[in-house]
Amino acid sequence: MTRCLLRTGAQLLCIVLVLLASRSVGPLYAQSSTDRDFLSTLGELRNASFDDKYTIVDRIAQSGNPNAEAVLTAFLQDRLYFRNQDQIIFLAKAGEEDSATVDLFDPLTLKPAGSASADDITRIVTNNHLRRILQTDLARFGLSSPSASVRLDAVRDIEQNLDEGNVRLLRARSGVETDSRVKKEIATSLALVALDSSDAQTRLSAISTLRSSLRQDVLNKLEALLEKSSDGSFVESDEHVRRAAAAAVKSINRRRSVYSFIQTVFFGLSLGSVLVLIAIGLAITFGVMGVINMAHGELMMLGAYATYVVQLAMPGYIGTSILMAIPVAFLVSALVGILIERTVIRFLYGRPLETLLATFGVSLILQQLVRSFFTALNKSVVTPAWMSGTLQLNEALSITYNRLYIVIFTVLVFAALLVVLRHTRMGLSIRAVSQNRAMAKAMGIRSEWVDAMTFGLGSGIAGLAGVALSQLTNVNPTLGQSYIIDSFMVVVFGGVGNLWGAMVGGMLMGVVDELLEPYTGAVLAKIFVLVALILFIQTRPRGLFPPTGRASES
Amino acid sequence: MRPRYTLWISARNDSGSGWFLGGLALIVVVMSLLNLVVPASSPLHVSSYGLTLTGKYLCYALLAMAVDLIWGYCGILSLGHAAFFSLGGYAMGMYLMREIGTRGVYGDPVLPDFMVFLNWKSLPWFWHGFNHFGFALLMVALVPGSLALAFGWLAFRSRVTGVYLSIITQALTYAMMLAFFRNDMGFGGNNGFTDFKDIIGFNLGSDRVHLVLLVITAIMLGVSYVACRAIVASRAGRVIRAIRDAESRTRFLGYRVESFKLWIFVFSAVLAGIAGALYVPQIGIINPSEFSPINSIEIVIWVAVGGRGTLYGAAAGAVLVNYAKTYFTSAFPEVWSYALGALFVLVTLFLPRGIVGLLSGRAKRRGNTEQLQIQTDKLE
Repeated sequence: MTRCLLRTGAQLLCIVLVLLASRSVGPLYAQSSTDRDFLSTLGELRNASFDDKYTIVDRIAQSGNPNAEAVLTAFLQDRLYFRNQDQIIFLAKAGEEDSATVDLFDPLTLKPAGSASADDITRIVTNNHLRRILQTDLARFGLSSPSASVRLDAVRDIEQNLDEGNVRLLRARSGVETDSRVKKEIATSLALVALDSSDAQTRLSAISTLRSSLRQDVLNKLEALLEKSSDGSFVESDEHVRRAAAAAVKSINRRRSVYSFIQTVFFGLSLGSVLVLIAIGLAITFGVMGVINMAHGELMMLGAYATYVVQLAMPGYIGTSILMAIPVAFLVSALVGILIERTVIRFLYGRPLETLLATFGVSLILQQLVRSFFTALNKSVVTPAWMSGTLQLNEALSITYNRLYIVIFTVLVFAALLVVLRHTRMGLSIRAVSQNRAMAKAMGIRSEWVDAMTFGLGSGIAGLAGVALSQLTNVNPTLGQSYIIDSFMVVVFGGVGNLWGAMVGGMLMGVVDELLEPYTGAVLAKIFVLVALILFIQTRPRGLFPPTGRASES
Repeated sequence: MRPRYTLWISARNDSGSGWFLGGLALIVVVMSLLNLVVPASSPLHVSSYGLTLTGKYLCYALLAMAVDLIWGYCGILSLGHAAFFSLGGYAMGMYLMREIGTRGVYGDPVLPDFMVFLNWKSLPWFWHGFNHFGFALLMVALVPGSLALAFGWLAFRSRVTGVYLSIITQALTYAMMLAFFRNDMGFGGNNGFTDFKDIIGFNLGSDRVHLVLLVITAIMLGVSYVACRAIVASRAGRVIRAIRDAESRTRFLGYRVESFKLWIFVFSAVLAGIAGALYVPQIGIINPSEFSPINSIEIVIWVAVGGRGTLYGAAAGAVLVNYAKTYFTSAFPEVWSYALGALFVLVTLFLPRGIVGLLSGRAKRRGNTEQLQIQTDKLE
């Protein structure tokens, strides 16, 4: 034991000695002439004016030194220092810029070079212009990165500042670039530059390159060509170029509007997904059992709160907590649903209007219970990292991951429900009881048990809807209320008890809502949808997919 | 599947009417005396607040009666009657807003304050005429009535019944609420109408005017009760009850079910509108939250608590539940939500005939109406 301690002590001592040595002596390593040049260039930064710094930075970037990128990155992030005592340049460890003692790194080797108190070192300061130069310089390094996505980002960075040097750089890169996306990006940037050329033919060919782009800045630049300057003459003097530009603008606008339409539809689908999740739960209880459950929205709200509680219970695992919440929310809502069925609804079968009132009472009680436990304040459920961010499909079309996952989740739940209803014994019993209760009983199906299970299933799905909704909005006790009317409309629209009807109805409603919104505003869009549905019911009182056969007569 | 009690209610004799009208008269007389004769220092004195509160209950009673007329007698469960009530209220509110005139904050002789605030230059077309009291009264009946006519004509013609009808009436009032929340609608948006000054020249702040409004409300309630009673006792009323109990059968017997339903629905909407119009000057405010779906459902629970299909029961239920609400929301605000929720559940489960059913059940044991009960059971 003691030996062990001794050994550790000796090791520590060695480390301290090495550190001390490096501190006092500075870089010990053999320095080649290029290294010396690099260091002296760096050294110039110490007392240079900003104007000098601009050129020094460019010289560092073009020095070809393997550490130039790391040094410039450090400079950009305010991590470049020199030691007051001996004027030697060091990099600081990332994240320690503002602490009292700073771990230093040698600029030539990027190895640790001891630490220093913040008072003993001086930061080499930057300004906005310098930072921009640093960014472009760093982007040039990115251009030669082996990763295509880094190169793409680099091209985008360079585009911010298309001076002659950068244009030359891009031109050189386009010759050797293999990735098609990077290649296209470079071509677009070069074409943007070529638009300012004095040769009409060059401009014309630039426009034909830009035609295929979807970018807003390209569009703006092309549109600028079509404008007239204050003296009434066109900005673009050449007739052919103008015509080509007009055609390009038209083409870009058309494709952009197609993509924005797709995006709107997708938004609508994600909005509709939540409605579908609520409505298929309702469709089961409302359609299969003939029971109107006004507390359905509150069961969904319970699911959302279950998600919130699960997340609180596992604070370190946000990513998995949302997955854990799915079964938990299902069970919580299903159990509460079964409780409601056993204590209230089962006494009211065959009296739909009374059921409506009683379950409304239940919904008030559930709301107040939640309010007593969790207060009426909004609770926000954190979106895990794997569900946040956007999927950028192209310049005009991006899709947020949380909405994408909600659509996928809805489809999965829907498919699972279909499988349960079609291919399991329980599903068979549910369908049998819904078609002919008396006959099902005669065949030995325990209809009471089936009622409870059906109600539990419908309620559980409401809980799942709650999980999905918690990712879109804040959780509060009145969450259910705000969705219940919409989802009732979906069920009535789709045709009672028809799962496909609920699916189509919900999605359609979400999409129509989103499509109308830009023209009318959110509130008016909702009013239009409601009025349209009220009118729709007049022409098809039994919904989009009316029940057929014996069931339709009751 | 139909509840067994339905025919029993309709066949019951009509001793309740006397009690109801008598009780109503008693309330009015007692309130007037306590307000006018008893000095303000006495604990028995009824303040202006007490008068408006009573007036509010009576407006709700009228509203409940309107719902009971269609739900209790015709089987139409409307979850959108708050819309008709609010429309009546808004029509009256528009008159009261015009009546403010130059006494508003901005002092514009024509435009109400909120329009000046929104920088509107002229009165929207639908505001014209509301400076005349008579026109406003006409609109109080006409606006809810025509909405009910249009909606009912569409719904009943295509035989939307049962829960479907309930849900789309709910959607109707929800859509109306969203619409009235918009500033562009020209109805004051969020804030609605308030700060009324007077009604046909009488100061709305005075005790005397409140008393008069209360008396008018009571008279309207009494008149409406008699009218409803007359309707349900008439031949048409019998058809309406038949529709409730067996809609298809009534249709096959050659009655035009749609027409009967439509007219009773419109009449009920007009009653609701009148209730709203009486409500607004007494309460002094109307805003879009009156349209909210939960209000409509609450009306139904008043009816259910009082006793469905008994008109006076509905009125009594409205007063009772609202009295409880006033008490609980100030004394134990937390409890009220539970109590209201429990009321919904317990009444539907254990008191399908409401309080009236409970009381007359006791009376029945004393009297001898068992014969009737047996008869109706056979009919079922």
